[in-house]
Amino acid sequence: MAADDQFYREYILDHYKNPRNFGRLENPDISHEELNPLCGDVIGMDLKLADGRIEDVRFHGRGCAISQASASLLTERIKGKTLAEAKEIGKEDVLEELGIEISAARIKCALLSLKVLKAGAYGLGDWPGEEEE
Amino acid sequence: MSTSTSSRYDVAAIRRDFPIFETGVAYLDSANTSQKPRQVVDAMTEYLTEYTSNIHRAAYAFAEKATERYEGARERVRRFINARSTKEVVYTKGTTEGINLVAYSWGRQHIGAGDLIVLTLLEHHSNIVPWQLLAAEKGARIEYVDIDEKGELRQDQFQALLERKPKLVAFGQVSNALGTINPIAEMTAAAKAAGATVLVDGAQGAPHAGIDVQAIGMDFYAFSGHKLCGPTGIGILYGRRELLEAMPPFLSGGDMIRAVSLQETTFNDLPWKFEAGTQAITEVIGLGAAVDYVTGIGMDAIRAHEREITEYAFEALSEVPGVTIFGPPPARRAGVISFALEGVHPHDLATIADREGVALRAGHHCAMPLMTRLGVPATARASFYLYTEKTEVDRLVQQLHEARRIFA
Repeated sequence: MAADDQFYREYILDHYKNPRNFGRLENPDISHEELNPLCGDVIGMDLKLADGRIEDVRFHGRGCAISQASASLLTERIKGKTLAEAKEIGKEDVLEELGIEISAARIKCALLSLKVLKAGAYGLGDWPGEEEE
Repeated sequence: MSTSTSSRYDVAAIRRDFPIFETGVAYLDSANTSQKPRQVVDAMTEYLTEYTSNIHRAAYAFAEKATERYEGARERVRRFINARSTKEVVYTKGTTEGINLVAYSWGRQHIGAGDLIVLTLLEHHSNIVPWQLLAAEKGARIEYVDIDEKGELRQDQFQALLERKPKLVAFGQVSNALGTINPIAEMTAAAKAAGATVLVDGAQGAPHAGIDVQAIGMDFYAFSGHKLCGPTGIGILYGRRELLEAMPPFLSGGDMIRAVSLQETTFNDLPWKFEAGTQAITEVIGLGAAVDYVTGIGMDAIRAHEREITEYAFEALSEVPGVTIFGPPPARRAGVISFALEGVHPHDLATIADREGVALRAGHHCAMPLMTRLGVPATARASFYLYTEKTEVDRLVQQLHEARRIFA
């Protein structure tokens, strides 16, 4: 049964099949897209800000269950947070939320959406970069 | 029941030459890199433990043995590809370096502003990027031959591009992403007739079908050792002697010189002019053993075995609901099957397969322009070689069903 699967757990599959906050926003305040060079998958994120908070967020693109579930979980996490709080989210937070053991080969899938968020939130010029995280 | 082909072709005996299969892995990623037989490992170990020495220099006996083995491997490769002379057989790090060598040494002399370079959509990035850099530097243009719905090159378009008198035409013998076998004899003849210089990327072709460079008549042919049962870090560039003679060196330094004074250098003869610095001697010796190994089995027998496995896998995969196979029918493809499973991303499929010891490639296969053309970011790819057996394909099929169950 899928529920017993240590990797493809029910909630991962659920976020993959029914991604939360999926789509695009009109006139977003921040919009950014990144490519996973390993597989060619793309994830983009649109943010709408109000009073310094993330009022609304949508992600788009396609990818594996891990990248899609991770993006879906991330959008849920940042909605209503300030941009400063979103910037504080680290790799460990994302991996912890996924709650599964991610191999080195799949880590870029899991962290692609965080990369999109960070690069978008900081603005490309100011982001210290994923290596600095 | 085994067929008449498989009863002559003893795949079980062949697999015993490959220590990795003792681990129980179903290895379906040979287009990425091949496994290595004991014979290759032993030849390299023997050099490393019994006669390590540099070549072309030392006077002692075991150094002579190293030189003999090093140059002996070159003669084996010459025979393998049927080059006229070992002067036409240059050691490189691999296919990529071979193509770069041509792009730098030949390309920078012969490609100018406005010149046309013709490539195809089936190319690996290694046969695209060096030409893009050259074209950007020289102001040359690149045009690509498209594929049809079967993943085969549009020959009508190729002919039309040849009428525009390209300076260089470069294409693969076999597509790494789709397995398409290109009609390289016809394409080379047509391109030569149009006055173009022709480079064939043999990375996926040489290990599976072999090559006769004189029969085909291309100007350059590059391939890698590691896909041919040999080690990584060694490859071959074949070039027609007149062209290689006229080309400036690629890398410079030791061993590629005849005499050096403070102001100038006389270069060594072919092929050593293109082999600067201490070479990958261990790997060359390994490549020599690999060529012995595959020719010992016979390229025709290898091709026949791969074809049988490919037909078997094609049929077995086709029967799995939701599977789409990209590329030509099995008779016109090498041992490569690129496919998609509906609702399951290739990466997830590879992860699921990996958990049961089935090694499968997922990704864009270093052919992003082709993936864009197919309208997919990535595919899953199973690829076969002389040691592949049907039970490995069966194990893959089981994992496709498992993936469907998980993602149902």
